[in-house]
Amino acid sequence: MANFIAAKIPEGPLEKKWQNYKDQAKLVSPNNRKKLEVIVIGTGLSGASAAASLAEMGYQVKSFCFQDSPRRAHSVAAQGGVNAMKNYKNDGDSVQRMFFDTLKGGDFRAREANTYRLAQCSAALIDQAVAQGVPFAREYSGYLSNRSFGGVQVSRTFYARGQTGQQLLLGAYQALLRQQAKGKVKIFNRHEMLELVCENNTAKGIITRNLVSGKIERHAAHAVIIASGGFGKIYYLSTLAMGCNASAIWRAHKKGALMANPSWTQFHPTSLPQSGSYQSKLTLMSESLRNDGRIWVPKNKKDARNPNEIPESDRDYYLERKYPSYGNLAPRDIASRAAKEQIDNGFGVGELKNAVYLDFAKAIKDLGKTTIQKRYGNLFDMYEKITGINAFKEPMKISPSAHFSMGGLWVDYDLQTSIAGLFAIGEANFSDHGANRLGANSLLQACVDGYYILPYTLQNYLATQIDKPKPATHSQTFIDAEERVKTQLQTYLNTNGTKTPDEYHKELGKLLYDYCGLSRSRKGLTFVIKEIQRLREEFKTNLLVLGDTNQINSELEKAGRIADYFELAELMCLDALNREESCGTHFREEYQSDEGEAVRNDNDYAYTAAWEWTGNPSQPELHKEKLVFKNVSLSTRSYI
Amino acid sequence: MPMKLQLKIWRQKNSDDLGKFNTYELKDLNPAMSFLEMLDTLNLQLIKNKEEPVEFDHDCREGICGQCGVMINGIAHGEPKNITTCQLHLREFKDGDTIVIEPFRAKAFPVLKDLKVDRSAFDTLIASGGYIGVETGQAPEANTTPIPQEIAEQAFDAAACIGCGACVATCKNESAALFVGAKISHLASLPQGKAEREKRVLNMVNRMDELKFGHCTNTEACQVECPQDISVLHIAKLNYEYLRAKFKK
Repeated sequence: MANFIAAKIPEGPLEKKWQNYKDQAKLVSPNNRKKLEVIVIGTGLSGASAAASLAEMGYQVKSFCFQDSPRRAHSVAAQGGVNAMKNYKNDGDSVQRMFFDTLKGGDFRAREANTYRLAQCSAALIDQAVAQGVPFAREYSGYLSNRSFGGVQVSRTFYARGQTGQQLLLGAYQALLRQQAKGKVKIFNRHEMLELVCENNTAKGIITRNLVSGKIERHAAHAVIIASGGFGKIYYLSTLAMGCNASAIWRAHKKGALMANPSWTQFHPTSLPQSGSYQSKLTLMSESLRNDGRIWVPKNKKDARNPNEIPESDRDYYLERKYPSYGNLAPRDIASRAAKEQIDNGFGVGELKNAVYLDFAKAIKDLGKTTIQKRYGNLFDMYEKITGINAFKEPMKISPSAHFSMGGLWVDYDLQTSIAGLFAIGEANFSDHGANRLGANSLLQACVDGYYILPYTLQNYLATQIDKPKPATHSQTFIDAEERVKTQLQTYLNTNGTKTPDEYHKELGKLLYDYCGLSRSRKGLTFVIKEIQRLREEFKTNLLVLGDTNQINSELEKAGRIADYFELAELMCLDALNREESCGTHFREEYQSDEGEAVRNDNDYAYTAAWEWTGNPSQPELHKEKLVFKNVSLSTRSYI
Repeated sequence: MPMKLQLKIWRQKNSDDLGKFNTYELKDLNPAMSFLEMLDTLNLQLIKNKEEPVEFDHDCREGICGQCGVMINGIAHGEPKNITTCQLHLREFKDGDTIVIEPFRAKAFPVLKDLKVDRSAFDTLIASGGYIGVETGQAPEANTTPIPQEIAEQAFDAAACIGCGACVATCKNESAALFVGAKISHLASLPQGKAEREKRVLNMVNRMDELKFGHCTNTEACQVECPQDISVLHIAKLNYEYLRAKFKK
């Protein structure tokens, strides 16, 4: 019997909750702030914006990233844009509508209060970014420009060519380095968190490895913030960076932080298809391309003609056919699943028959090459750099790829995990997107968590820590944690088997793609859980990592991350197995309509599944957070 | 058609080691493979033979994070213009080619191991003034200050820098003028960046000298190798801003 957990949502009407919270939250006076230390793991949009904002307030901040510079964090790769409720287009946008779009986009599996707060805080973010010098696209008048994104009928997406994530991240990174120069932030690049240190279910600090010297270090603080991003890289082939990993999240989970909805992974419909077994990642092409690009496959499976020679009558624009009102701008989960359906049924195109066409011929004809060049020039360049194909002349070939983790560490309204003093922000938490995230909402959530929410909610916690000294790193808890880390690293080196971490990662990723990916079934999940267990046992005895711990050793870094993936993978499958309904990205084959659309079960599954680590990866304990909808009526999500 | 390549790769244990070239052979490579996937393939082969793999920096593998970057046959990020190392594919080489692979070399970028270098000097440069000093919560409504489209586009052209360091590695003087010029130009062209305009350029240029980056002598090699094709005109803008600030002072 599962336990129910509470999210500590403030009282009052939906639109007043966040204001009520802020009005009542505890404060720390400026002269006390400098006595309090905070650790932030990750320097992407959420981590950098939080670290900078907290340092500006006067806290002492330590900021960690595994990359060689904080500016490399994978937020940098987000292309299309960031949503915000400004209603500059006068096209009917409002906080209420943005809230509803996000909730509906997530198939009514997100918390009302969090989603509403996200929409409420969105406008201020654009102001902040512009003040930092983010060069958003503008009209000739000099005013900010907007475009439309999947799953909505207004234009609320702000963008900086196809490099919105990069530009927002540089704004946050520069703010972070400004605080470093002032001595308020200490940056630890090329460092990886390997253990969370807790006493009495309260976060006290972390153990890290310096990835250059190999030195294992202890860091104590009054609070720890995990901003380490998502774990879609568990599928091996994904749109994520090679170094993205679940280790900070997972090691916090093993210390008692609950993991929520871990199986909800978004598959991005417009990434480049796999071309061979050596492939290391699938490059994303921005969803914004779907504003003007039309997706199609040949009507005849065996049609081997060059796409330009296939006449209109022999093409199936399946999204426009199935979802006439949203067409090519159907939400990501629906567009991805529709592509998979075409590919699985043999209509795929390209050498490996694993892609669909994204065609700009009509847009080029209607709007002119110059306009398309201006809108998507750098994406077309990128496509050509990777594939050698000019998309002005022939359609792009795209396919779905693992992309975003809607699941993550369970957090309450304060973004605090089930461990006191441990907070999770950005993609690392589960909170705002439900079972499917709308395009351009991830940059938004990361920024809003870091700039506007955490500075209030963390302070509410830190106010209780003023009279407490910083935890001592020479305590037995820290010493034991350090020893555990050292022993574990040595174990990887001593195994001396025959298979590399990457080889295991590829095998695991393939299993997850096939059985816990775009669609799942009881039979497949039951089967794959056993396979994962088998492979995990083999990994323990047959891993091959060379070198030692006292130097740069990328293989050693990977080994730890993959060991964590093996445990997380099983939890993802158990989570998918537990949820006997289809919702958003989670498509259970047993629960679909005659037309093949997802069928939700609101009576039994309108809850967040939050899993507790019990010591045995095969037997996690389920806790439920009941989702209460007072401001919307649950409807079948329709984009027809 | 599967390809065969010979690789001459710089191997260096750590920053104190002298380092040397080792030669490796790879067969049956697919021309659609990326350059970094070729290094993955080599590493798998090395590990299976119980030899330590080649360390190299990389992360996003789509040309935007700026973490990858090596000298390929003496050219930063390889011969095709304006790409990152991760965007280079084997179809650019011929079957049987020998490829010489070295780390980016500059006094300000010490080698850490094999092909990995320390580029934190770039972070130090940004920390010396490469920002607009607005704190969270201070910003006015975004449309209060319209910015003409061409100015915003100009600012973007400069802001697109990914901080990979190819400009420094390519420059015979190891100058960071393009990197600093891009940031100065980005921020000085926007109304929001004007308040700190003089202070910013003076601090960043001084810091550039302290960090052992060389002077720019206008050979313009940097733009050729820059993955974002950042224009050398931003260096001209840097010089202008510097002189302007000096005179104003």
